Amino acid sequence: MTGHVDGNVLAGPLSELFRFDVTTASARCVSCGDVATLACAMVYVEPASLIVRCRNCDDVLMVVVQEPDLVCIELRGMAWLQVPR
Amino acid sequence: MTDTDKPSVWKVGVVAETRTETASGRSIVLDVPGWGGNIAGQHADVRLTAPDGYTAVRSYSVASAGSGDRVQLAVDRLPTGEVSPYLVDDLIVGDQLEIRGPLGGWFVWRPEIDGIEQTGPVQLIGGGSGIVPLVAMIRSHAASDSTAPFKLLYSVRTPDDAFFRSELAEPSRGLDVTWAYTRRAPDGWARPAGRLTRADLEARTFPANLSPAVFVCGPTGFVETVANSLVELGHDPARIKTERFGGQ
Amino acid sequence: MGIISRGFSGRSREHNPDLPPGQYLTEDFPVLSAGPTPSIDTADWEFSIRTESGAVHRWDWDQLKSLPIEDVSTDIHCVTRWSKFGTSWRGVSLDTLFADVDTNYEYVMAHSYGGYTTNVPLEDLLDGKAWIAFEFDGEDLDPEHGGPARLLIPHLYFWKSAKWIRGLVMMDDDDPGFWEQNGYHIYGDPWLEQRYS
Repeated sequence: MTGHVDGNVLAGPLSELFRFDVTTASARCVSCGDVATLACAMVYVEPASLIVRCRNCDDVLMVVVQEPDLVCIELRGMAWLQVPR
Repeated sequence: MTDTDKPSVWKVGVVAETRTETASGRSIVLDVPGWGGNIAGQHADVRLTAPDGYTAVRSYSVASAGSGDRVQLAVDRLPTGEVSPYLVDDLIVGDQLEIRGPLGGWFVWRPEIDGIEQTGPVQLIGGGSGIVPLVAMIRSHAASDSTAPFKLLYSVRTPDDAFFRSELAEPSRGLDVTWAYTRRAPDGWARPAGRLTRADLEARTFPANLSPAVFVCGPTGFVETVANSLVELGHDPARIKTERFGGQ
Repeated sequence: MGIISRGFSGRSREHNPDLPPGQYLTEDFPVLSAGPTPSIDTADWEFSIRTESGAVHRWDWDQLKSLPIEDVSTDIHCVTRWSKFGTSWRGVSLDTLFADVDTNYEYVMAHSYGGYTTNVPLEDLLDGKAWIAFEFDGEDLDPEHGGPARLLIPHLYFWKSAKWIRGLVMMDDDDPGFWEQNGYHIYGDPWLEQRYS
């Protein structure tokens, strides 16, 4: 796939890991402080990984690497994640 | 809901019906035990598995809405795609495929929330196969006899590239449909073929002062151009929900 | 394993002695990107090598192009399983760029415009194994493929061939770069199928 999509695409892969719908959760970007619903983030999809970037500053919010026997999630680009309930 | 009915669990769908929509796209109806219905605008992940165990997963919007285990997807064939050519050209009635969902609670429209009917205006703007989740919203609107005013602006290359053409040609009550053609318009069409401009959006969509809920879906470049123009026209960015398909 | 999809084979995964394990051959040049494509004017472009002493060796675009330029024909292998045979590049050998660099460190972090990083042992950059490449297939390297210039280390998985290369920083230890911090293999030899650690 060329170019990026948006955070809506995270719903399936992350549903395997979290009990909540990540796409409706909001996060604060460590780099620029922007707060946005994860559905609004920019996502670069590669066959084995998802790179989630801030819609405002393009810095990395989250990286999801999906390997055959494990999933690795890097979250250091987020100051916090707020989940509706 | 049992564990096997959870959206995150892969379920087996059986192809009940396929219909050619355009030269490059078709819709596929699946019976998916355990699906349990979906909100308009949600999507599903589809997983294909080769005999040697190789798998490929892709996300597709769901064109159907409401309760039940019957799901309609619509897929456009990407020339260099790995999954979409299979779904458009090879899949036949009776085939099985794995599906996960319904997924995503953000790019959705509900006829009522907490028992209160949603009556605010809704502007839908679709490009190409980006119509799919918007059609689900239109169907949900019609099925619930919603009084919310709906407008659709649908941009396609030519009249032959429209998904759900006959359905959209006879809009349900409370729905206004505007077509825009980017490469070739029908004979006698007032608007010359060309990409959507800010002027098109200003003339053919709900104005910002009505504070419509706006849903934009299509290729990434289309979505970004439209969303930027809407903000320039005074729409609150928080009222504009987008779903990008990628591509150019 | 899930149910088999009747008639689905995916991309052909053929057996070819020149293909590392698990790879398929492609004729096109897939674009994979972890972020937006940076727009870099060659007038502003600079490449540097920084050592443990704080010494910085710099080249601007004209200086780079005035160095000996080599033609490179090579196979490339992406961790996302595509391989492409006989690609042709032009660029400057890292041997040339390291000729006057004095360092005792054995590892390198490559830094790109746009913030990407990847780690590589110094010995994998020397002895004719790596280049700063600025032409592909007889044309200026396209921005989406890493232009104006990218690192080219064809004997490792292609994520090590950092696009939009900006500089190399010598390291005492083999610290992980962007993908390596996220579970990609620290070295990335395609023949040993070192995809993930």
